[in-house]
Amino acid sequence: MTAPALLVALPVVGPLLAAGGTLLLRRSLRAQRVLALGVVAAVAADAAVLLAAADAHGPAVAHLGGWPAPLGITLVADRLAALLLLTSAVVTLAVLGYAVGQGIVDDTPGTDGTSASHPATSRPDASGAVTGNSGSPGAASNPPAGGHSRHRDAGQSSIFNTCFLALVAGVALAYLTADLFNLFVAFEIMLSASYVLITLDTTASRIRAGMTYVIVSLTSSLLFITMLALVYASTGTVTFAGLATAVPGLPGGLRAALSLLGLVVFGIKAAIVPLHFWLPDSYPTAPAPITAVLAALLTKVAVYALVRTHTLVFPHSGTWPLLLGAAVATLLVGALGALAQENLNRTLSFLLVSHIGFMLFGLSLFTVIGLSGVILYMVHHIVVQATLFLGSGLITRYAGTSVPRRTGGLASAVPLVAALFAIPALSLSGVPPLSGFVAKLALLRAGARAAGPGGGADRTGVYVAVAAMLLASLLTLLVMVRVWVYAFWRRPRPARPDPAPEDHLAVGTATVSRAMTGATAGLVAVGLAFPLAAGPLSGLTARAAQDLLRPAAYERAVRETAR
Amino acid sequence: MTPGVLAAAAATLNAPPGPGPSAVPPADGAVVNLTSTLVVAGLYAVGTYLLLQRALMRVVMGVALLSHGTNLLLLLVGGRSGRPAMTGAVTPAAMSDPLPQGMALTSIVITFALTTFLLAIVYRAFTLLGNAEVRDDVEDHRLHALEERLEAQHAHLPHPHVPSAHLPHRHAAQPRATRPGGAGHPGGAAAGLEGTSPEDTSPEGAGPGGIGPDGTGPGGIR
Repeated sequence: MTAPALLVALPVVGPLLAAGGTLLLRRSLRAQRVLALGVVAAVAADAAVLLAAADAHGPAVAHLGGWPAPLGITLVADRLAALLLLTSAVVTLAVLGYAVGQGIVDDTPGTDGTSASHPATSRPDASGAVTGNSGSPGAASNPPAGGHSRHRDAGQSSIFNTCFLALVAGVALAYLTADLFNLFVAFEIMLSASYVLITLDTTASRIRAGMTYVIVSLTSSLLFITMLALVYASTGTVTFAGLATAVPGLPGGLRAALSLLGLVVFGIKAAIVPLHFWLPDSYPTAPAPITAVLAALLTKVAVYALVRTHTLVFPHSGTWPLLLGAAVATLLVGALGALAQENLNRTLSFLLVSHIGFMLFGLSLFTVIGLSGVILYMVHHIVVQATLFLGSGLITRYAGTSVPRRTGGLASAVPLVAALFAIPALSLSGVPPLSGFVAKLALLRAGARAAGPGGGADRTGVYVAVAAMLLASLLTLLVMVRVWVYAFWRRPRPARPDPAPEDHLAVGTATVSRAMTGATAGLVAVGLAFPLAAGPLSGLTARAAQDLLRPAAYERAVRETAR
Repeated sequence: MTPGVLAAAAATLNAPPGPGPSAVPPADGAVVNLTSTLVVAGLYAVGTYLLLQRALMRVVMGVALLSHGTNLLLLLVGGRSGRPAMTGAVTPAAMSDPLPQGMALTSIVITFALTTFLLAIVYRAFTLLGNAEVRDDVEDHRLHALEERLEAQHAHLPHPHVPSAHLPHRHAAQPRATRPGGAGHPGGAAAGLEGTSPEDTSPEGAGPGGIGPDGTGPGGIR
């Protein structure tokens, strides 16, 4: 393997090996953390190198094991994959830093995290009251706050690092893979890790949420296998490059059926509106860093898969009305859903659904400028969504509740947190100098271009979608301002903890380590740097979008290196 | 898989340079086995039906059947049955396509692992909640709470948390939530669920039933 090939393989292989390493190091939490942080930082650096190389010399390709393209596992780092990989790696690094700061389960000896805090002990108590009995390991053991619970927490921590690294590997593989079957495997790696993360601490509410999440994801995975089998049966290949040449030769009906199946599969994973029900029920129950990384990455990886397959494999010539309609529905249902929520994490989850609609809109246009907007929006949204969930974690820590209405006046108590939450909140709403404005402007311009003279045929649809985007932005602003005012701006009042805290280990302890605030501040800074680099960045995304609509270079790179 | 198998497969697949429409694997007239097709269809149908059930064990069964269906479909894609997938026995042209078999193996491993994980969660749900059913989601509970408040206001009742006999809605929901395991604790499962959300709807703390000792902090919940 040549040096570039090694660089392409590192983001996948590195975290996987490190995940194994954390299992070996399970006796030392510190060593695990150093390993995890080091590997994720290395992935980020590697992604930056890959991005520079892909922008200068075209896609870098690695054939794992030396097997050529149709049979072996091929990884391709083109501009789009490298850019998203870089963004994701930066975000995961910050989230990991936050998780280390939180101690993810507060098992640091000496602090009141485990030994003295009631939430940690009141939880088994609560479950015991619910089941009322009976030989079950969780319910029966209700220790006096000491050894057992600390021991259990330590075990969870080691699994957290392992799963987190596996998740990073899965995300990287999803971006880099050059065939549909490996995309499936990547999704499974990523989802399996997320299943464990979401049910890391098996309380009743997490089991309920995790159950929905696992079953829905599993169903979409089974549909994915079905699609794979049908695609292979009709074309004889699953590589993107091979499919790009084979699919246009298929009968139109078959092509449409396969493309719709793909839309459903990735639509479930990306939470497109008729298929979004699982998301607001499952994400908010996990601890803040886990929710942050899942919300930031998983849906965006699905959107990436949608972009990749529907440009390379099932290309469309003009606007796709079906996707346009789904985008409008997603925008409005998500925003209105967020308006009806009181719990901050649920609010943010509905906003996540709503903002998937922006990306769908850009994709549905199938123009260079539209896809460029999608890529910009994905980069912006990965950063901002993670920041918001981390900020929500900070609020929950200080206020003892994740319902903004139950607290107030935090701005005078913790002005830094108020700022750290306000900036990404405004950015998500698209307030001018911030990253959301840049991304939204790109999408609105794409819409105006498509609806203008010489644009696509479906003018009314595009106008409706543009109006829906503006409305959704406005609603986002409304929701965010309401949250901020409730949490930060009223008269200070004593914390009134949730009766059934979802992040029970965090609530009420009011211990916020410097690493948690620092990680959040770091992500806010990344979000602030985005508009400063908007010029070069949008140039890069435009080139990446051109690659997507003219996949010849991608195919050539895969073919040539195969020999 | 030995390298030999893959090399031979590469020979069959790469016969025309690069994969293209001509490399369609089910060669010789693309004959598909009707029996296998019907079995796949049956597995999908039964699996989907079970997936839509409320009892979690049935859902797990549904997932298992669906995954069998998909794995069989992958095998079906590989061409006619009865042909060897190994080199040496027959000429490469008469071999079955090993690639879908490799995919089926991968998919079997993944679905098997996830089914096991699902079983573990179901067991956990059973021990924690006293039964193993798909729970009402958070929005359901918020709607229930809202409905109860409205009904209570209509009836001019001083306190919203009246005995459930006055609330047909709640009454109807009760037996379902406690049917299989929690016979000894009729209210237990439902109470545990309610804890997740209805308080969110309460304005400023004067919610239905209150949170109990509001000032005592998290330690005083139970």
